[in-house]
Amino acid sequence: MHQPFAEPRRSIYYQYQVHQPWLASRHPGGQNHPIVIVGTGPVGLTTALEIARHGQRCVVLESELQVSEGSRAIVFTRRSMEILQQVGVAQRVTETGLPWCYGNSIYRGQRVFRMENARADDDRFFPMINLQQQYLEEYLVDAAQANPLIELRWGNRVSKVEQKGEQAWVEVDTPEGSYELRADWLVACDGARSGIRTAMSLLMEGASYEGRFVIADIRIDLPLPTERLAFFDPSWNPGNTILMHREPHGIWRVDYQLPAGEDPEDALRPESLKARIDAQLEMIGFGGTPWEMDWSSVYSARALTLPDYVHGRVIFAGDAAHMLPIFGVRGANTGFQDAQGLGWRLALVAKGAASAALLQSYSSERVGAAREIVEEAGKSTRFMAPPSRGFRLLRDAVLSLSLSQPFVGPLYHWRTSRPHEYGGSPLNSMGDDNLLFKAGPAHGAPPLNVRFAPDSYLLDHLGGGFDLLYFTNGKAIPAELQAVVAGIRARGIGVRLIAVSSQVASAIQGADLVLDDSEGRCRARYGVMADGAAYLLRPDQHVCARWMALDANRLQAAFKAALPA
Amino acid sequence: MKPTTLDIAGLETVYDQLAVAIDAVGADKSELLLVKLALLAANRLGDASQFGELIAAAQRDL
Repeated sequence: MHQPFAEPRRSIYYQYQVHQPWLASRHPGGQNHPIVIVGTGPVGLTTALEIARHGQRCVVLESELQVSEGSRAIVFTRRSMEILQQVGVAQRVTETGLPWCYGNSIYRGQRVFRMENARADDDRFFPMINLQQQYLEEYLVDAAQANPLIELRWGNRVSKVEQKGEQAWVEVDTPEGSYELRADWLVACDGARSGIRTAMSLLMEGASYEGRFVIADIRIDLPLPTERLAFFDPSWNPGNTILMHREPHGIWRVDYQLPAGEDPEDALRPESLKARIDAQLEMIGFGGTPWEMDWSSVYSARALTLPDYVHGRVIFAGDAAHMLPIFGVRGANTGFQDAQGLGWRLALVAKGAASAALLQSYSSERVGAAREIVEEAGKSTRFMAPPSRGFRLLRDAVLSLSLSQPFVGPLYHWRTSRPHEYGGSPLNSMGDDNLLFKAGPAHGAPPLNVRFAPDSYLLDHLGGGFDLLYFTNGKAIPAELQAVVAGIRARGIGVRLIAVSSQVASAIQGADLVLDDSEGRCRARYGVMADGAAYLLRPDQHVCARWMALDANRLQAAFKAALPA
Repeated sequence: MKPTTLDIAGLETVYDQLAVAIDAVGADKSELLLVKLALLAANRLGDASQFGELIAAAQRDL
């Protein structure tokens, strides 16, 4: 019998709430579900909220009774915020999080590289924002619990999964014993140690690295700005790397590499943590400043992915699908993109509005993204935690050169998580004008945000279905285009027709929304030269077609490519 | 255009400078010195594939 920990977890800044377990005896009724998601981490809940946004029900199983222990993922990228905006929690993250733009690499007390990633005028969100994962999960849980299409089941641990015909049969263990449910689709968001992945004997490809790191969260008052600090080869920990990040509520993350061969359990002993944190504070000039420990953990650097995320009726997303080194904030930030890529597809498939073939492109797009990240993460990891004598020598040579030779500086810039462009996606339209555009997001790219007014950005108006951005100064959307859109809607697929006008406050017949682009920012960012140009964005906002001059046949063809039979 | 190479006098100068520098930094730092030097030379060369050919040439007959 599954007995989840029922006491609130300990934290000096976060108040854990213990939820009641969901018990089958109190919920009579069938246990046949179109979609069951396993895991209430950021990826599981974002997937659930995306699915619900497309009008589809789902059940979410969580083995624990409360949110994540410790701060875990603390840095969220602009693209993650844009995704979280879609599911309605970005505002709360903005209210509590600490935004930042700059990263500093420090060697022998000298700043040898500064990563500058300023906030652009057209972006609603900062390049990065820091917030402890518990808060993010809490906001997502609140949003899920407020959504009538999502049923959250705390204290429900998956103990067995079997694929039978067109369903996954799932045995779920709870504090009162087991029950069985059947899912047309089972989504495994059960984390890096995914029990479902292990039970299905699925092997990951990629590399594991030797380096081990300690993460410690301490409460301390340091008069430093919110910027990433990376210390290379510090005197107290020769050859290794230390990272520091400010978190909300007076907490700092200290992340340091362990000397080779040190036992991880020894490293987490309070005396060991204290000695090292004191040494780090001493080095940065804050020795003796009082601090208090909140949480610590050890992790190793891995860059692995499953080669396929769809296995029969079981679909993988987030850390269950791939494990990525945390330098470059690639864990949760990659997972949100999985959730966004999967949500609309699975909702349409479960509703019968799209063929299951649509899910294959989820797998190919996201595995492709993960492989790129594995490749990039390998480069960062080889610099942060050199795996061999040769790599260590080169890293040390670069550290030494960086004090006087700026040309090596960019080697310090570990490639931060970025939104992926699905340039080779089968959902991209073949007969459009993609290659004729001189600017703007190309095939498979996420959209560029545009500021229309102080509190009105393009991305605020997108989502929930396909978005057709039609650039016009006419009085109406051409009837033939309206007819194509009506035909897609009749299949149960949402499409919003957004007219982008360069005239102030014009009404355009047939448009669901008119955006006032009298400043021309949107036209410029999207490379639009003339009236009649258009972009078709998938429900996950990625571009699947764009035209210099749109006609009904080509719009129909683009929907056909984006919704394979 | 013929690529520039060292003349005999230049080669002799480089030979001596390198030997003196290796001795000056000592056994425990000479490897680091040589790797730094290789990176500086590669940056001056400005061509990753030519540098790869030089690595391959250096790897011969060790």
